[in-house]
Amino acid sequence: MKTYSLTENYIHKFDSTKTTIGLATEDLQVFYGDYHAMYDGNLQFPKHAITAMIGASGSGKSTFLRCLNRMNDDIATVQGKIFYQGIDINASNINVYEMRKHVGMVFQRPNPFAKSIFQNIAYPLKKAGIKNKTELKQRVEKSLKQAALWDEVKDDLKRSALALSGGQQQRLCIARALAMNPDVLLLDEPASALDPISTGKLEQALHDLQQQYTIIMVTHSMQQASRISDYTAFFHMGHVIEFDRTENIFTKPHIQATEDYISGNFG
Amino acid sequence: MNAKRMDKLATAIIGILVGIVVLILISLIGYILVTGIPHISWHFLTSPSQAFLEGGGIGDQLFNSFYLLILTLLISFPIALGAGIYLFEYAPKNWVTNTIRVAIEVLSSLPSVVVGLFGFLLFVVQFKLGFSILSGAIALTFFNLPLLTRSIENSLAAVPKLQREAGLALGFSRWQTILGVIFPEALPGILTAIILSAGRIFGEAAALIYTAGQSAPMLNYANWNPFSPTSPLNPMRPAETLAVHIWKINSEGIMPDASAVSAGASAVLILAVLIFNFSARWAGNRIYRKVTASK
Amino acid sequence: MKNLDEIKRQLTKSSKATRQDRYGRIIAFICTFIIGLLVAAIFYLVASRGLATFFENHVSAWDFFTKQDWNPGQVSKNGTPEVGALPMIVGSFSVTVLSALLATPFAIAMALFMTEIAPKRGQKILQPVIELLVGIPSVVYGFVGLTIVVPVVRKLVGGTGFGILAGTIVLFIMVLPTITSMYVDSLRSVPRFYREASLALGATRWQTIYKVVLRASVPGLLTAIIFGMARAFGEALAVQMVIGNASLLPHNLISPASTLTSVLTTGMGNTVMGTLPNNALWSLALILLLMSLAFNLIVRLIGRKGRLTK
Repeated sequence: MKTYSLTENYIHKFDSTKTTIGLATEDLQVFYGDYHAMYDGNLQFPKHAITAMIGASGSGKSTFLRCLNRMNDDIATVQGKIFYQGIDINASNINVYEMRKHVGMVFQRPNPFAKSIFQNIAYPLKKAGIKNKTELKQRVEKSLKQAALWDEVKDDLKRSALALSGGQQQRLCIARALAMNPDVLLLDEPASALDPISTGKLEQALHDLQQQYTIIMVTHSMQQASRISDYTAFFHMGHVIEFDRTENIFTKPHIQATEDYISGNFG
Repeated sequence: MNAKRMDKLATAIIGILVGIVVLILISLIGYILVTGIPHISWHFLTSPSQAFLEGGGIGDQLFNSFYLLILTLLISFPIALGAGIYLFEYAPKNWVTNTIRVAIEVLSSLPSVVVGLFGFLLFVVQFKLGFSILSGAIALTFFNLPLLTRSIENSLAAVPKLQREAGLALGFSRWQTILGVIFPEALPGILTAIILSAGRIFGEAAALIYTAGQSAPMLNYANWNPFSPTSPLNPMRPAETLAVHIWKINSEGIMPDASAVSAGASAVLILAVLIFNFSARWAGNRIYRKVTASK
Repeated sequence: MKNLDEIKRQLTKSSKATRQDRYGRIIAFICTFIIGLLVAAIFYLVASRGLATFFENHVSAWDFFTKQDWNPGQVSKNGTPEVGALPMIVGSFSVTVLSALLATPFAIAMALFMTEIAPKRGQKILQPVIELLVGIPSVVYGFVGLTIVVPVVRKLVGGTGFGILAGTIVLFIMVLPTITSMYVDSLRSVPRFYREASLALGATRWQTIYKVVLRASVPGLLTAIIFGMARAFGEALAVQMVIGNASLLPHNLISPASTLTSVLTTGMGNTVMGTLPNNALWSLALILLLMSLAFNLIVRLIGRKGRLTK
């Protein structure tokens, strides 16, 4: 296995007067006990764009993603800052539960609740204080449409979500996250458990969503990253090696490690 | 002897031993049912017991057993649920948690007679509750808590971690996630645990002899005022349960039909436990299907 | 668009959810703490009563554990009360050890049948058998012991029928499901490939069981037996009904004897709180408590050792 320099990197910086940043990290470090899993991650995620995070398994990309809405709080020590709307949401005085309504997340495996399709979306809304039935119905419909699932389930909203196919379940999870009206949507390898057709539908849905959200997704598929993302970050051994526009990453990367990884000569 | 014949011999021996155990169980249950069921009649199930005469029933004892069971579950379930939730969701990994876990384990292995005597000392004597249904229910709660807590924790832990993350990622607090997401999915397991513990409570006698007492005062089933001493609902009256009754008449019973009464009562007890066991399985499956709404 | 200050306020102030979480956590902790407190209270109260025999009534602990005469209400010829608990201690240990010894081969056979010989059919038939055996209340075991075991022992072996032998037989059936189900769990945790490796080398099924599976599961078997013994040691009513309840040192298996639990159940109602006869009973309860703790400890030690050798 080739060893690559971990300090050599290329991180594209945005001109803050031209691009709005949805989420940014500053010196993000993650420790699992004594194990240093993520080193000084400094990334800016532009609004209304999809950023893909690629890298081998164990490179720290999922760990990084899960820090962004503090899902790692219980299992790891996370140092550094995460800026959302100018607020450091990694600070201790942050109400994590409120924050997660702004920064939603969809997981690797579909995890709908053991409730009906309708309740999967309506239940969290009710918990967030929305009691009006018409509004609930509207938001369920809207989010299901956004996730490109509406046409498939509109006649059968009372059916158990567990009876849906894997791909439908995953889109339901996206709809559920969208219904909360987040600004940022985090996706952790959302298509890894899906077949190609479901993956296509999911990607289409994400493509339509990027107009309104800051989307950050981890993927192990480079094709997927090149198909739908505007920006790509390459992770290696807990370091961000390169971050740039996706076409640059795939056509003229600055760093040797990135080039080897995308051309398949890695390791 | 060669290996093949050894293999056959060993298998045969194992088969014989297993056969003996199955035979023991069948004859045990068969004996109780065959000798007991002929004594079961409507009169037997509803009339009060007799101390010296023939023809006594088990009506009061049966009522006491159920009343005590319900009270015990009412007290122990909320505590066990709270403890199960704490241990599963909140408990930090430190020595306090460890100590409590060990304590629960120790409690679950304490002889029920010791738990009963503790209840006697603290509630009957110290707090002056006397031999009463309440003392009995508290003693049974002690006896029931560790096992119920553990099975509730196990049922909660059996819900996939992903469900918890789903709730948290939507901005639920841990508490909301537990109550709204994890608990409904764990419900079939929890319900099974409760019904199984009901069977255990129903048959327990050692913890009750010195807490709920060994006497069954006359009850007036038309009197539903819980403060009246003859009311069946009065939690402060002594109450001999079915299991205690069986023990009592076999140790010191002087009525002429003692063995017939105990056979009948044993059969009722066994039937009740069988019903609890079967309904635990049936209810677990059914609720699971209902909760997940799958067919 | 959302106002920035508004968002900042939302993100930093506590909400209904955080408050609920805090209360929920506190309530759940209190429930847990109650159980912990309960265990402490049991130990404290039983110990303070049980030790009173030695500290308040000045009974010599040596006499308590070695003398054979149990008559706490009376004073013996040399002026000291007769509180020799040896007969009960011997009685308790005899029924416990004997029933565990008797049950172990059956439990091993049951467990092997369920895991190695006929996993599907065995599970289907024997799992309900185990559950039923666990579910039968101990007074019912006592009743059956009284009406069947005692007369049979009397006829076949002699004596009154009451005694250690009858107690052992009743307890044997009661601890059998405990030992079996725990041992089944431990057999299931023996990795599949151990067996496959052995069978692939041409070993017969019995050779595989005997040389590989049984050996790998020895700590599990010991743990299961200890749990069974703990149950037998603490069982009260079923034993009390068939053992004869004579506080005499048992000379043989068919003479009436007594155990710690049987003396407790029959005696507690006939003594006055705070007197020596009563305190002496609490001392017996304390022994039961400590033995149950000891069984727990042994299980833990086996667990730790079992892990080290892996």
